[in-house]
Amino acid sequence: MRKAKGRVRRPDGKRILITGNEACGEGAVQAGLRFYAGYPITPQNELTAYMSRRMLDVGGTFIQAESELAAISMVFGATVAGVRAMTSSSSPGISLKQEGISYLAACELPAVIVNIMRGGPGLGNIAPSQSDYFQATKGGGHGDYHMVVLAPASCQEMLDFTRELFDIADRYRGPVMVLGDGILGQMMEPVIVDRRSSIDVRRESQTTNDKRQTTKSWALTGCKGRKPNVIKSLRLKEGELEAFNEKLEKKYDLIRKREIRFEKYRTEGAKIIIVAYGTSSRIGRASVDRLRKYGIKAGLFRPISLWPFPYEALKKLDKGNTKFLTVEMSAGQMLEDVRLAIEDKSRVHFYGRTGGGIPSEEAIVREAISYKL
Amino acid sequence: MKKTLNEQIICAGFGGQGIMLMGKLLAEAGMREGYCVSWLPSYGAEVRGGTAHSMVHISDNAIASPTISLPTTCIVMNKPSLAKFTGKLRKRGLLIVNTSMVDRIPQKAGVKTLKFPLTDLAADMGNVKTANMIAVGVFTKAKKIFPLKNVLEELEKVLRLDESLIALNKKAIKLGYSLVN
Amino acid sequence: MEKLIFKKPEAMTDAVMHYCAGCGHGIVHRLVAEVIDELGIREKVVAVAPVGCAVIAYDYWNFDVTEAAHGRTPAVATGIKRVLPDKVIFTYQGDGDLAAIGTSEIIHSANRAENITVIFVNNGVYGMTGGQMAPTTTVGQKTATTKAGRNIRRDGFPIKISEMLAVLEGTTYIERTAVSSPKEIIKTKKAIKKAFGIQIKNEGFSMVEILATCPTYWGQSSQDACTRIEKELVKTYPLGVLKG
Repeated sequence: MRKAKGRVRRPDGKRILITGNEACGEGAVQAGLRFYAGYPITPQNELTAYMSRRMLDVGGTFIQAESELAAISMVFGATVAGVRAMTSSSSPGISLKQEGISYLAACELPAVIVNIMRGGPGLGNIAPSQSDYFQATKGGGHGDYHMVVLAPASCQEMLDFTRELFDIADRYRGPVMVLGDGILGQMMEPVIVDRRSSIDVRRESQTTNDKRQTTKSWALTGCKGRKPNVIKSLRLKEGELEAFNEKLEKKYDLIRKREIRFEKYRTEGAKIIIVAYGTSSRIGRASVDRLRKYGIKAGLFRPISLWPFPYEALKKLDKGNTKFLTVEMSAGQMLEDVRLAIEDKSRVHFYGRTGGGIPSEEAIVREAISYKL
Repeated sequence: MKKTLNEQIICAGFGGQGIMLMGKLLAEAGMREGYCVSWLPSYGAEVRGGTAHSMVHISDNAIASPTISLPTTCIVMNKPSLAKFTGKLRKRGLLIVNTSMVDRIPQKAGVKTLKFPLTDLAADMGNVKTANMIAVGVFTKAKKIFPLKNVLEELEKVLRLDESLIALNKKAIKLGYSLVN
Repeated sequence: MEKLIFKKPEAMTDAVMHYCAGCGHGIVHRLVAEVIDELGIREKVVAVAPVGCAVIAYDYWNFDVTEAAHGRTPAVATGIKRVLPDKVIFTYQGDGDLAAIGTSEIIHSANRAENITVIFVNNGVYGMTGGQMAPTTTVGQKTATTKAGRNIRRDGFPIKISEMLAVLEGTTYIERTAVSSPKEIIKTKKAIKKAFGIQIKNEGFSMVEILATCPTYWGQSSQDACTRIEKELVKTYPLGVLKG
């Protein structure tokens, strides 16, 4: 019997094989989630089922809503009442949730929304896709707002990012999104799920429901011992909305400063840089290894926060003649942000698959070579 | 230097043959051995009626896409799956075929083919549903990526059934293991 | 010596209401506030205001209030109540919010037997947007979008939400009242009090549909509007307890 030589072995029992959807749900539970409302849609059904089970374990609330509109509004209510709340769906369902997301942003309410993307437009299909990038990062709902969007690329990150996004949502008081795809949702990978340690480390933020409510002084819990709280998004008085928009912009500027995340892989001396997020970035990474083997100086730039987008970090990799190959499971959406960062359209190329197609390593390598030459 | 392991398995058959479970068990056994693993089910509507399949990577390196276009192993439990997947098998790949459900097997140069009437063998054992486990045993012996012990112990985690059924499934795995020289 | 015989409920603020003269909303706001005072629950109440004329109810009420997106009001109340089961949660909704865009939410909240109270103000028009037809507009009624009167072939029938909800197993108490006269106003207050009482006793979903005046978009005087409720509207929407 040969021995595995790749990764460091971890003690048995710490790593478990679970789907990305379940990992996401577990991350939420570890963050202290106490309210989940959802509506069935493939490919995120494992998440809804998982929450149905886990909310029973932790004494939280699970509701299968009558629609995505209702689900996000229930989440709105739960977060109004001061607890950590989440909803999840896939592309067509996320379109319906845009109403609620806009209201959450306008009312400065923290909530986590999970989108396990599938092919579109319309009903599309149930295969993995990355075609909701615009919707997630450019404001799918109405009005001047943004939300932090993190794109995991493994089941482990589905757990870690979801857990952390609850803190981010609370910190900046607004909706945030986990943007995954059908592969990340339905695949199984080893995930370190250490409930005990995660709670110990995070005790500061792991207060009980009641405590959490008292820390959220804006929450509606009945006006005992204080003036009534009002949560609203209607701002009719002259100048009132503009002042609020300015307040939001200040908050978004702060987020742009603090919450940018990205990963670089073999970018030193790279002449061609593959830019990809989520599932595509995994394939991009393997493509870089293969290109390097062929003697081509390739690297990978992986945006992790899709909003705020890491424009500056990407720009830093541009040596003036560097080529960039954006790889997406879409017709070219993040591509526009890459162009904004590089400001030279002629050196930003694109390879994408749509409708459930997944870019292959071979195709990416072929594309990269053709642009390199 | 040892050759890098990059095993890419497609398990395929009818829905109901335990195709998803077969893949999960292989992934669990590989994970236990310290490899990078991934498991991906086939999507949606295809699960009913037609072929169901699951894709398993067992690798020394981080897995790029959990999908598989060119498998190193195909475990084929019915006829439609044979047509669908075996043509893509890599050179020196392994083909495990359930001859109870497949009559004619196309020859492919450089492919090692192991043929067993898995469904009939399972029926003889008393439960046709254990055909998938016999196949797992065959794979375990043929590839030697992980020891038989891993498979038997992980089975108890993957399969939440009563003891008698676990015992039957273990027996099936051992039977498969013994079929390969 | 002077004796105070009429005062503002504690559950109301000093703000001057923006409603048109003769509008039913002001009366219903006050009735709700009086009931909350009488039950001593002001510090336990969380209300959900609708989109529509009553959206800024929070300016007039002296307790916790949130807005909801148009029609999602009972879904928001569901979220709040599930998190705060020992608080008193109610929605205040108009006929556009509840009977048109929020039909799905009201039916399913009722069907889940959510332990919330719904104050449903039915005046048969969209007020805030300029007097358009509501699903509750009566046959033949002229509105901004039914210039020749509501035509059943083109516009369908007045929707009877209370009757619809009464058949659901999830509802505990449903009554239709009116605020067209002192007598009916007293009955309305009793119904609101009963509805809150049901929630406090954890007995499930309660709703009071209140026929209210909109003199502005009915094109009538306040007095004629009250008469219209009692002579005409009750034919389409009979008053009384529908359930419980």
